[in-house]
Amino acid sequence: MTVVAEQTGRWLDQFTQQPAAEPWLKELRDSAFQRFLELGFPATHEEEWRFTNVAPIARTQFANEHLNWETARGSLPTTFFNGKYVAAALPEGVSLGTPEDLKAHLGKYASYHNHPFIALNTAFLRDVAVLRIDRGAVVDEPVRFLYGAAETHPPVAAHPRILVLAGAHSQCTLVETYAAQGKYFTNAVTEIVAGEGAVVDHYRVQSESTEAYHIGILQAMAGRNANFTSHSISLGGLLVRNDANVALSEGTEATLNGLYIANGQQHVDNHTQIDHAKPHGTSHELYKGILDGHATAVFNGRIIVRKDAQKTDSKQTNKNLLLSDDAVINTKPELQILADDVRCTHGATIGQLDAEALFYLQSRGIGKGEARDLLTYAFAQDIVDRVKIPALKDYLEKVLFEKFHEHVG
Amino acid sequence: MALLEIKDLHARVGERGILNGIDLTVNAGEVHAIMGPNGSGKSTLAQVLAGRELYQVTAGEVLYNGKDLLEMAPEERAQEGIFLAFQYPVEIPGVSNMYFLKAAVNAVRKQRGLAELDAMDFLNLVQEKMKLMEMDQTLLNRPVNTGFSGGEKKRNEIFQMAVLEPRLAILDETDSGLDIDALRTVAGGVNALRGPERAMIVVTHYQRLLNYIVPDYVHVLSQGRIVKSGGKELALQLEESGYAGLGIEDVEEAVGRI
Repeated sequence: MTVVAEQTGRWLDQFTQQPAAEPWLKELRDSAFQRFLELGFPATHEEEWRFTNVAPIARTQFANEHLNWETARGSLPTTFFNGKYVAAALPEGVSLGTPEDLKAHLGKYASYHNHPFIALNTAFLRDVAVLRIDRGAVVDEPVRFLYGAAETHPPVAAHPRILVLAGAHSQCTLVETYAAQGKYFTNAVTEIVAGEGAVVDHYRVQSESTEAYHIGILQAMAGRNANFTSHSISLGGLLVRNDANVALSEGTEATLNGLYIANGQQHVDNHTQIDHAKPHGTSHELYKGILDGHATAVFNGRIIVRKDAQKTDSKQTNKNLLLSDDAVINTKPELQILADDVRCTHGATIGQLDAEALFYLQSRGIGKGEARDLLTYAFAQDIVDRVKIPALKDYLEKVLFEKFHEHVG
Repeated sequence: MALLEIKDLHARVGERGILNGIDLTVNAGEVHAIMGPNGSGKSTLAQVLAGRELYQVTAGEVLYNGKDLLEMAPEERAQEGIFLAFQYPVEIPGVSNMYFLKAAVNAVRKQRGLAELDAMDFLNLVQEKMKLMEMDQTLLNRPVNTGFSGGEKKRNEIFQMAVLEPRLAILDETDSGLDIDALRTVAGGVNALRGPERAMIVVTHYQRLLNYIVPDYVHVLSQGRIVKSGGKELALQLEESGYAGLGIEDVEEAVGRI
């Protein structure tokens, strides 16, 4: 048995012990698991995983039980607990999807054929949050998904899955929040279809424990003239990989905002892909990273402009602030442009706190620690400003403020 | 006791000596102009007094209110009442002018044992000073100096000074880049702050500013030393005969040599 087979083989028992499923689902799971066994865990010689070593995940024996049930707490209407979906009251205009929706859409956007973690997630599909936003519905209240996990031995692996089908000309806000204690593995996949003219704002706030492994995949398919925005806020986790991918149609506007903050031994990898398939698409991408201690991070921004996607307008920016000498960022734009009448710009920066700005603040009486906090916070400010949910914005401001306060001491 | 006593101050950046023995005494209520050609060490002196770490002090001492100034961190100096109006005010995107100034005011108040100002009191305080500087109130909500014109930046410096009410204000080439109207406004703001408790050091290359801010003493700096001191008439003499009249070489930028 090869090392890879040993590692994937750990999952075999769990896979075979899953409760029975309907034939179509069983078929999907079987085929995904088969693919997972073939692909194995990715190795760092694969370009997509060059700077992210998932060996710690591959080596760990995880439990896959749904240990506890918990109903939704407070104002969080949709809750995952250890990957188990707990449905509660949904805002008006939002309904649970039907089994037909599942059959028609699940796995059609986030393909498991080339991504072992999507394959693993699909192999363990059990409770999927399938939501349908009614055609033309304007849903003011954000639909929230809260992911939690119980601390267990062995640690638990959860494979939560969301499928959102936003009807034509509908408008909605989706918020995924990840937070728990201890060591565990979250392997989440979200598929979103934004229908023609739909406006979808998606937020992912990843505040996992600093011992947790987190793989979070977002695959959005945005229809003609749709407006899709992703906000990826990555604060926690020991080993984190976020994929945020969006495929655009004609006249689609896509915005990808990202903020990643890592300290200590944290590793956070953001891979994004913006796929312009049709003409007149617009995309704006701004990802910012703040790294301290021995933290390492990756930003890989792929932009594809296909042959038919004339008049595409695409802008990508990645900015990084390194607060310590030991922090490392690997940033790489990846532009694949096959059309000839397009505008695509990209830029990446890596820097430290501006010594002149620091002195300027100090010269006005502001202490060095506070001045550092202020400048660090200011660096993240424009991403926080793009958050349109007031409560979430307040929360982020508070969290960021505390975060930058503690390391200065 | 003098407010500021500089004795035989030497400073360098890297291997290059810039201040080569400065002696200067400034008493409360006095305005001292420091003039000198480009590269004479004027701005370095201003920055060293404010505590810029870029410059290494290699010899000499500076007493401020009898205390060893060089031992103090930049923020402590500010809290003790030293203010530097920057030659090139720094842009800080993401921090609003309002937040910045409130943090500064409260840091200084805290050190003086005063209660922190709340938003309302602060607003009252700044509105009055903004009027003095003929500043648009929208500047408060904009990020510090970001996208400000040169004149707006300089006004913002003096506005900050007016709000912070320092005991020793150091103005570093505050006149550079200002048109005559802006210069008058800036000078007016500075003059409004003159008083028996407050001293000022006005660093400038040109005599023009000193028509509006009339100094008690003028010092001419060359190669890191004060080579001549006098009253305000010394500035006029410089205007007449240039630095060359004092036997000082002033290498102007090539574009300026007309």
